[in-house]
Amino acid sequence: MEQLVKVTGIAAPLLRINIDTDQIIPGKEIMRGSREGYGPGLFGYWRYIEDRTPNPDFILNQEPWKHATILLADRNFGCGSSREPAPKSLRGFGFRAVIAPSFGGIFFNNSFRNGLLPVELPIEQVRLIAEQMEASHGNARVTVDLESQTVTAPHGEVFAFKTPALLRHMLLEGLDEIAVTLTMSKQIETYRSADAAKRPWAYRPGAG
Amino acid sequence: MGTPLTFFEKVWNDHVIADLGENTALLSIDRLFLHEMSGSVAVRQLEASGRPPAHPEQVFTVIDHVIDTVPGRGDEDSARAEGVDMIRAARRGSRKYGFNFFDVHDRRQGIVHVISPELGIALPGLTLVCGDSHTCTVGGVGALAWGIGSTEGEHVLATQTLPQVRPQTMRVNFEGALQPGVYAKDMILALIGKIGANGGIGCAVEFAGAAIRAMPVEGRLTICNMAIEFSAKYGFIPPDETTIEYLAGREYAPKGKVWDEAVRFWRTLPSDPCAAFAKEVTIDCTSIGPQVTWGTSPQQVGPIDGRIPDPSTESDPAIRGLLERALDYIQLKPGTQLEGIPIDVAYIGSCTNARISDLRIAAGILKGRKIAPGIKGLCIPGSTQVKAAAEAEGLDRIFKDAGFEWHESGCALCGHMGNDRLENQRVISTTNRNFESRQGPQTRTHLASPATVAASALAGRIADARKVLS
Repeated sequence: MEQLVKVTGIAAPLLRINIDTDQIIPGKEIMRGSREGYGPGLFGYWRYIEDRTPNPDFILNQEPWKHATILLADRNFGCGSSREPAPKSLRGFGFRAVIAPSFGGIFFNNSFRNGLLPVELPIEQVRLIAEQMEASHGNARVTVDLESQTVTAPHGEVFAFKTPALLRHMLLEGLDEIAVTLTMSKQIETYRSADAAKRPWAYRPGAG
Repeated sequence: MGTPLTFFEKVWNDHVIADLGENTALLSIDRLFLHEMSGSVAVRQLEASGRPPAHPEQVFTVIDHVIDTVPGRGDEDSARAEGVDMIRAARRGSRKYGFNFFDVHDRRQGIVHVISPELGIALPGLTLVCGDSHTCTVGGVGALAWGIGSTEGEHVLATQTLPQVRPQTMRVNFEGALQPGVYAKDMILALIGKIGANGGIGCAVEFAGAAIRAMPVEGRLTICNMAIEFSAKYGFIPPDETTIEYLAGREYAPKGKVWDEAVRFWRTLPSDPCAAFAKEVTIDCTSIGPQVTWGTSPQQVGPIDGRIPDPSTESDPAIRGLLERALDYIQLKPGTQLEGIPIDVAYIGSCTNARISDLRIAAGILKGRKIAPGIKGLCIPGSTQVKAAAEAEGLDRIFKDAGFEWHESGCALCGHMGNDRLENQRVISTTNRNFESRQGPQTRTHLASPATVAASALAGRIADARKVLS
């Protein structure tokens, strides 16, 4: 996976609740993105008035927010479908981290595997960062540091967050997850032969 | 006696190959299901890596997501050219690697989560993953099943394992008996209305209680289908005699002595009587009526005789903004009664509500009647086998005589993959998502049961099926 240790940049506020993956990248944009890349399809229905005509009212079409590398959102960000083009479109736009109070579980897992870090912070902290960013008209900077698991707000407040150890390690090192698992091949085979004796139907569909 | 365990803990513990620390385990995966949309990506990534699939005999593929559902479809018909790429890649990869493959014209084809239990691919106590969030559906037969991304899919292809963070346990008790004209869909919508679209975040949810015990498997699949709509990745109903009876004789279910052995094992899986859950919610089913959503999240739902709430009475500005945006999108005013809202389209389909029992309920309401002038009615059976069974019973005639289109099976217009047929239409739908533009550009979706959709098709407006039935 694409490595991420630390990112410092503009954090764009999109403080909506339940931003689902159909909003992050609509189905039609997934189809299109499968040939053209997913970045342009990000927030397709919000970002464009019609096909690829930018909506000037949408924050990610405005200076300097269009250069944001961190997104701020309200709870349950990325709920809905399992579509991996959701984190791919955020990454394609230029984002490296999303800060929100909670995330849809499948989106959370998919993000790490696409070089995008989902950071869980309480809504009060997300709002504080958003207020400081807005007060600076987008000129302030936020730092997300995966190694120390901290977010530094524009005015210097430091907030701690947690990430699952395995995913953190893989993102910090940019590891090939499958290669790591394959180093455990022997253990996997030992498990499978013991379990196949106990649950043969699990290993041979339709077994009789 | 050891510590009492929940169904989830038993199945999870049974599948742990290695403890990876901090609540993460490397799990053995019993079944991987691919479809042409996300599955083709997983297969292409595997091909690019040069690694072989670890256990192709445990992998299944079906074409359901982007294939057109119009009668007489060809095996590469899709609304967009990219859809053809996906179908071809899934077909080529599945043949090359020897996966169990159900192509467009195979009699076993259908929506992945409909055919998975129908063919006995999903079984109690199995881990089953698929690149689709509604994989939790097959928790209805007691599988531990969840949606994954394409890269996780590639990992399963290459290793037949997946590292996962262990979720919290949660139990939802549906107590009391359902009233006539009220169905599984109404139960799950009422639950989501109560606990919210993030009420199950980070949880593996067991559905229990008298109403679940009394429910046939098809209704259980509807309940589990929508676990993800309250952000629970996993939803399930541990196996009981209803489950076992349902699975007997299905193509990929075990046979003979292995079946007997499996049944003995499955009977050990239900949660121990004193097992503890981190969260617990109880719903009284006797008080649930038909439910209809009025917004752009499944949590924005109410009883059919209810009214749309007024955002200005909401004190939390974040929630007020959410409600205002939803009403602006759905083009309805606070105080409007749900029953009576005019519709353009009635849609019966999806992994939520397109099994034979759903079609029978809808046909029972449509029989001998016509849908209202100007209303479009679409019926997309959940699988090719469901379609064949419906035709054998003459249900297709009832739908067609009423004015419905009768389609081939697939995901069709449940999610918008480039077919703009429902653009800017108000749709009453048996599907699971009413997100903005989920079914097409500016499409306004109201989720409801098959009975409510059929009754609404007749009236041309959102209607209470109990009044048609009585």
